[in-house]
Amino acid sequence: MTNIPLTNILFLSTALFFIGAYGLFTRRNMITMLMSVELMLNSVNINFVAFNKYLYPDKLGGVFFSIFIITIAAAEAAVAIAIIINLYRSHHSIDVEDASEMKY
Amino acid sequence: MNLTLFLLFPLATAIGILIAKGLKQIRVIALIGAVLQLILSGKLLLAYYEQRATGNQAQMLFEYIQKWYGPLNLEYHIGVDGISIAMILLTAFVVVAGILVSWETNHLSKEFFFLLVLLSLGAYGFFISLDVFTMFFFLEVAVIPKFLLIGIWGSGKKEYSAMKLALMLMGGSALILVGMLGIYFSSKTAAGAHSFDLLELAKMNIPLARQMLFFPFAFIGFGIFTAIFPFHTWVPDGHASAPTAASMFLAGISMKLGGYGCLRVATYLMPDAAHAYAWVIILLATIAIIYGAFATMMQTDLKYINAYSSVSHCGFVLLGIGMLTQTSINGAVMQMVSHGLMTALFFAAIGMVYSRTHTRMVAQLGGLLKIMPFISTVFVIAGLCSLGLPGFSGFAAEMTVFMGSWQNPDKWYRLATILACASIVVTAVYILRAAGKSIMGPLGNDSYKDLTDAKWYEKSAAILLIFGILVVGMAPFWLINLIQPGTEFIMNKLAVVATGL
Amino acid sequence: MSQPLQIALIPLLPLACFLVLGLFGRKHLSSSAGVIGTLSLLVSTLLSLQTAYQYFFVSGKVNGVFQKLVVFQYNWLEFAPDLSINIGLMIDPITVMMLVVVSFVSLMVHLFSLGYMKGEERFATYFAFLSLFTFSMLGLVLSSNIFQIYLFWELVGVSSFLLIGFYFEKPSAVAAAKKAFIVTRFADLGFLIGILTLAFYTKTLDFGLLIERLSTASTYLSDINAASFLGISALSWGLVLVFIGGAGKSAMFPLHIWLPDAMEGPTPVSALIHAATMVVAGVFLVARLFPVFALSDPEALKLVMYTGAFSAFFAAVIACTQTDIKRVLAYSTMSQIGYMMFALGVSKYGGEDGLGYMASMFHLFTHAFFKSLLFLGAGAVIHMVHSNEMKDMGGLRKMMPITHLSFLIACLAIAGVPPFSGFFSKEEILMAAFESNRLIYGVALLTSGLTAFYMFRLYYNIFWSKPADVDGHHHGEGTLAMKIPLILLAVLAVVAGFAPIAQWVTPDGLPIESHVPITFSILPVSLAMGGILLATRMFKTQTELPTQIAQQMGGIYKAAYHKFYIDEVYLFVTKKILFNLIGKPAAWIDKNIVDGLMNLLGKITAKLSELIKGIQSGKVQDYALYFFGGIAGLVLVFIYLWK
Repeated sequence: MTNIPLTNILFLSTALFFIGAYGLFTRRNMITMLMSVELMLNSVNINFVAFNKYLYPDKLGGVFFSIFIITIAAAEAAVAIAIIINLYRSHHSIDVEDASEMKY
Repeated sequence: MNLTLFLLFPLATAIGILIAKGLKQIRVIALIGAVLQLILSGKLLLAYYEQRATGNQAQMLFEYIQKWYGPLNLEYHIGVDGISIAMILLTAFVVVAGILVSWETNHLSKEFFFLLVLLSLGAYGFFISLDVFTMFFFLEVAVIPKFLLIGIWGSGKKEYSAMKLALMLMGGSALILVGMLGIYFSSKTAAGAHSFDLLELAKMNIPLARQMLFFPFAFIGFGIFTAIFPFHTWVPDGHASAPTAASMFLAGISMKLGGYGCLRVATYLMPDAAHAYAWVIILLATIAIIYGAFATMMQTDLKYINAYSSVSHCGFVLLGIGMLTQTSINGAVMQMVSHGLMTALFFAAIGMVYSRTHTRMVAQLGGLLKIMPFISTVFVIAGLCSLGLPGFSGFAAEMTVFMGSWQNPDKWYRLATILACASIVVTAVYILRAAGKSIMGPLGNDSYKDLTDAKWYEKSAAILLIFGILVVGMAPFWLINLIQPGTEFIMNKLAVVATGL
Repeated sequence: MSQPLQIALIPLLPLACFLVLGLFGRKHLSSSAGVIGTLSLLVSTLLSLQTAYQYFFVSGKVNGVFQKLVVFQYNWLEFAPDLSINIGLMIDPITVMMLVVVSFVSLMVHLFSLGYMKGEERFATYFAFLSLFTFSMLGLVLSSNIFQIYLFWELVGVSSFLLIGFYFEKPSAVAAAKKAFIVTRFADLGFLIGILTLAFYTKTLDFGLLIERLSTASTYLSDINAASFLGISALSWGLVLVFIGGAGKSAMFPLHIWLPDAMEGPTPVSALIHAATMVVAGVFLVARLFPVFALSDPEALKLVMYTGAFSAFFAAVIACTQTDIKRVLAYSTMSQIGYMMFALGVSKYGGEDGLGYMASMFHLFTHAFFKSLLFLGAGAVIHMVHSNEMKDMGGLRKMMPITHLSFLIACLAIAGVPPFSGFFSKEEILMAAFESNRLIYGVALLTSGLTAFYMFRLYYNIFWSKPADVDGHHHGEGTLAMKIPLILLAVLAVVAGFAPIAQWVTPDGLPIESHVPITFSILPVSLAMGGILLATRMFKTQTELPTQIAQQMGGIYKAAYHKFYIDEVYLFVTKKILFNLIGKPAAWIDKNIVDGLMNLLGKITAKLSELIKGIQSGKVQDYALYFFGGIAGLVLVFIYLWK
């Protein structure tokens, strides 16, 4: 296996992060927004794993953290989907623009 | 005597009100709490005399200090002198009377009485505090309930009035905060730290430049509470919209917080600036007195009449403080007590009339003396007290202010005093107009014939306040002797500076 | 009974009576209220007489000079260590004389009211108010402290207000009560500032000390004379201001406008307050401070003199034209008080020069009796015909013989016909004026002629003029309770002139030998007779003569009939200037400018928040974008700018 330089991996994770951010800022559909957030989380995971592997190969801190984040992401998805379902029940839509009663 | 009781009693009452069910239980608990508090105030007075009789000459009695937040030197420091005791007694009287007149409050009664008690808690806390920060804390506690009381139970354009009152008082608080922090950062205790402690601060001399900078903040800030011109406009709207008990608390207690603060914090701690700015205070006070009186003359709503006359009467408090003589400051304190009692009485009477006739417009009333002699008599007594009839508290207080002011031989000060004296004529005009049209004269409306006179709770409230007015009015020497030691300390501080400059 | 207690009881009994009747009268004592009030006052009167006897014959004199005795004092309100209101009881000759006058007249009025107010719904309240007034008035004359007098001054003012406005359902009564209170309040403002001024320089409020410090050479006197404002010394300011207070209560020109209107009150009240007692409070006040006026500031005393003389004449002229019998009496009261005032004004201090002072007090004494008699008589008449207007009266002499006779006696007394009481006091006054100022003497003579004229005009119009026009079932003359006071007062109106006031009430406490030569009396008495004859000619029978004369007088008559338009001037000043030019603008400014500024502040804040509230869109995505933008900005800063 050839050595892939760290920068390549960082490039991938950065791209992933901004794709997620772009999705989060522009989409109005809550499911898509949730997916975008997951993308951003995963980009962070990649960073953790990569830094762990390349900089401190004899430690496992980065790996732990990514497992931690995966767990939290799962919990977050559960909560978020619960909110989305509730929103759908009350507004018959999961578009964030439609839920604006509390504005101002 | 443990002064913290003055906070625990209202607290216990408030909790009791929250637990109680139904108007009947709630009002009984509120009344019991208030009466106990009144008794406690009486005991405090007796304990005070006892201490003084044993030769305790300390400025503050029953002191207690508890560090609150060490790093900033915030303390829960309490203690009382004669001035505070006079104010506490006033508060206790007005609270009992206020609860009595609200006896039939059906709408959200739990919240109503809870807020009344909370307001009184703030007032008691304010008057016993000897730490500027603690004072500020309790001052804020007393502001918020007013907003809710007016906004929820008020009448007329209540949202507007509540908002206006809360915002203007908050503005005042903000100024006070600036002044307070200014004092704090100008202070240096023996240990080299800053202090909020009133007695500590009184021992040191804040540099003149700092005083000149921060005095206006503190004085105007507290002044807004006591309706200093031109920041008095919350008074008419606020009072007019407030429910009866809230009006009584507002005029009887809340406006006194300001006067007390002006005296105790602004003037006492920054005496040089007080001397330097005296003319401004006197100018504003004189304007408030005379202009308030003339503005009252043109009002047609009884509550507006009383509210504007409060502006005029509270001007006497500020005038007394601004004149900076012992007599005038005594007069200012007496005027606070007197005005508190008599405006509360006046508002109570107006409330009783309003609850029966459903109008407060002078032109629509008339001839009530025939229908409800008790309420009308109360109304007339309040009016006579307001126009300074001897035998009632107003006379003793106003005359003390006049006498004290006249001791200041400067001719502009004399002019201010003469204008202030002249206001008693205008007062007579508007009081007699109001009484003549609404109480005397032919019956305003035939439907009034079936109205009933005061109920027992209204009677007791009125009698209680009239009792207070008469005690001050018939035996003013009693009040003077009570507050004299307190004002002497303030005068000493002022005098040191006067000679030092 | 010890002396302080005895004297203290004189005012305290009516006070107790006021409290009892005020608190319980309405419910429990509505029928017995009158008797309670009258009895308590009877005791007060007896105590006053006893005090007078004690003072004048037993204990008042030390070395032949009547002393000021302070029998009781309590520090009521201490302004400063040397300035305090010491509520006290002080007796000296004028106080003792006033005690007797006030309590006696009040007793008569109480008695009369038993009949007059019978059946009144607020009977008990009426007597409570009467008691309150009597208490205040007695307290006033007993005051040992200038501030104490001010205190009671206000109290008599308010009891007068309550009594004038007793018929509170009548708008005119309410208006009159208000007017009386406010006009006197305005004058009291002068009094108050006068007190402040005098107290500032003398460092005392106590009458004894104040008078001593201002009437003998002292540092206080030189201080107060040295201080001046607008070229007038502080002493003059103080005294003049105090006099303004007195002039207000005593209805001196131009502060007299409340007195005629005050006749809206029940008639016995007018007899008590607006004839015999409260309205002479101003005279009493000047007399109290007389040593200061006379010894230290004769210029201020001149003002008293001219004001008094002018008021006396002015009121007499108006009295000749009024048709409401109570108003005639009101103006005559004002005129007679003018007499007392200028008598004080022409007087000097010490020995025989104090004649004017003595005469003034003498006239106060006699006037109290015959004037309250006139009012009570008028009350009896009004009770019968239910009207105040002369045109509704006439020919009543047969129907009310006692009233008629007593009224006639009173008229003779006020006209100054010997040997009725008014003659003696008036002669003394004229004598004093003659010796001091001929101009004043002339005015006084003229006024005394006018007095005789208008009093008999009144008398004839009530009792003669035309046949009685009263329907069959009238009350008659009223009850015995109404007749007794008339008879007693009539007796006093005859004999009061023989009281040796000259021996008792003088400025320096030494007796004066009054010496009015019989020749001196010829001119005034013949003038009075002339007035009476003229009135007889004009009014004894109904003729066209009065109308003709009135028409010939033209403008003057009309002006006098309209009271020289003083009321209109006041109305203009208060309505047009105070209300429209000061009150309304003040209210407008408050609402629109001061409050407007506050509202503007609120509006500006609201507008600003309107501008920026779009940023707080509530969309999490927007916030995230801002957040992200911020981070990106920071990153750029860190990378490129952070060196």
